[in-house]
Amino acid sequence: MTAPIDTNAPPKPPNAVKQAIEGLGLTLGRLVEDIGGLAVLLIDVLRWTVRPPFRAANLFAQLDFVGVGSALIVALTGIFSGMVFAHQSARAFEMFNSEALVGPTVALTITRELAPVFSALMVTMRAGSAMCTELGTMRVTEQVDALETMAVNPVQYLLVPRVLAGLIMVPVLVMLFDAAGLAGGYFVSVLVKGVSAGTWLSRTQQWLDPEDIAEGLIKGAVFGLYVALVACFKGYHASGGAKGVGLATTQAMVMSALGIFVLDYFVGVILH
Amino acid sequence: MAAADQTARPMIEIVDLHKSFGSHTVLSGINLKVPQGSTLVILGGSGSGKTVMMKHMIGLLKPDQGQVIIDGDDIVPYGAVQLEQLRKKFGMVFQAAALFDSMTVYQNVAFPVLEHRKELSEAKVRALVKEKLAVVGLSGIEERYPADLSGGMRKRVGLARAIMLEPKIVLYDEPTTGLDPITTDSVDQMILDAKRHLGVTSVVISHDIASAFKVADNVAFLSQGVIVEQGTPAQLRHSTNPALRAYLSTWFDLERRS
Ligand SMILES: Nc1ncnc2c1ncn2[C@@H]1O[C@H](COP(=O)(O)OP(=O)(O)O)[C@@H](O)[C@H]1O
Ligand SMILES: [Mg+2]
Repeated sequence: MTAPIDTNAPPKPPNAVKQAIEGLGLTLGRLVEDIGGLAVLLIDVLRWTVRPPFRAANLFAQLDFVGVGSALIVALTGIFSGMVFAHQSARAFEMFNSEALVGPTVALTITRELAPVFSALMVTMRAGSAMCTELGTMRVTEQVDALETMAVNPVQYLLVPRVLAGLIMVPVLVMLFDAAGLAGGYFVSVLVKGVSAGTWLSRTQQWLDPEDIAEGLIKGAVFGLYVALVACFKGYHASGGAKGVGLATTQAMVMSALGIFVLDYFVGVILH
Repeated sequence: MAAADQTARPMIEIVDLHKSFGSHTVLSGINLKVPQGSTLVILGGSGSGKTVMMKHMIGLLKPDQGQVIIDGDDIVPYGAVQLEQLRKKFGMVFQAAALFDSMTVYQNVAFPVLEHRKELSEAKVRALVKEKLAVVGLSGIEERYPADLSGGMRKRVGLARAIMLEPKIVLYDEPTTGLDPITTDSVDQMILDAKRHLGVTSVVISHDIASAFKVADNVAFLSQGVIVEQGTPAQLRHSTNPALRAYLSTWFDLERRS
């Protein structure tokens, strides 16, 4: 027997503390579930990557979408990051009369940290959100099921090209960011702040090692793999119509952006 | 029409199938046989689990319990690779067509052939697409995108795509819902032709009782997670099951009045 419901009674005031704790529990539960789901999907993607047929057309379409499509915003972000960072470094180092350090500081920060983090964030925003929405729409309108019934594996057809595109193109975008960032940094240091061009170049060359650039590229590859995988995971498992797709995309964006910073720390620690 | 030969080897057999989504039980003990070369129509209220049941037949969903036997082989334990092989025998028409909206009509209909019969020349593929579109009464829309088509046209494109590889088993999820009477008739005719000429085994989910009784060798009525009645159209008309009688009554009333 069910208790009669008094529809006129006012709703009980929510207990804020209880809600917050429950909310945290739910969030933690979902986090563990999501990480498990990501790992399972990664293994599935790897398995279907090495199995023929190789879908070159799909891969090139995604490389184009992720890489070429994001090049302009990554370059712009790079130039302005370099300019801002040079401006602030120059201000700080002026106090110690050590303007010679502006170049190396800007160069190391950009190549090791700013380039991979910002490139991955831009790719998440532009390409990850679109990937997640597209896959989610395909899922809820049964296009993924249709693909399966036509004996085409959706992981291989849809997800492998997208994940590979993230893995390959984010490091390429990191290189673009490096170049744009250094150019922006040089411009502000030398032409605006009056650091001598010779000093800037020689000091930067002296301090910036190939390993620093490699560190940024490795991070770019890890972040690229991660954000593409998250977008695919959330979109591929979306449910509940248009609203569900919206929710999946929001979750993918949050999970990607936070994950980039968490991974940034751990990859940095592992590399040194 | 000759009644279905119930002794023929079943092409599809479902044994004690159970399926829940979380705490929501949808199917609770389905038993069903579809003899080779026959047409089974599934009737049932909206949300009764007809689509869920159909998706089990092609391995899109895994049951919590039970067997799904296709052509003598239980497909429940199948992995992705085995399922892929199995599905080459199948065509499926989805309730909302499920066309790829990033592709033109031509690319959609050609898709199964381009994937699985790469040896065919482009001219052959074009001719095949044209032929299948003609079967569903469409022509000259090859370069349009699904978003530019009406619901009925999308559905017919979905039908054309499902029969591209001339499958041995075709699953139709509400193929005629939302179509005009003339197109409904031609879809019914197509299901009948596929059986007579190609020996295709079909499962049709339908809300249109008139067309259901026209194409069916057998009818199954799904309610409350089980098949409550199963038999020839004539047997179902005289069923005493109250749920089925209620479902059929609206249609019989109409028929009596006309
Ligand atoms: N993937 C799914 N996840 C959760 N619930 C589902 C899923 N697919 C179907 N259902 C639920 O199963 C029930 C039966 O759905 P369905 O088979 O589509 O009904 P119909 O008989 O109208 O085709 C519905 O209540 C639906 O919400
Ligand atoms: Mg349905």
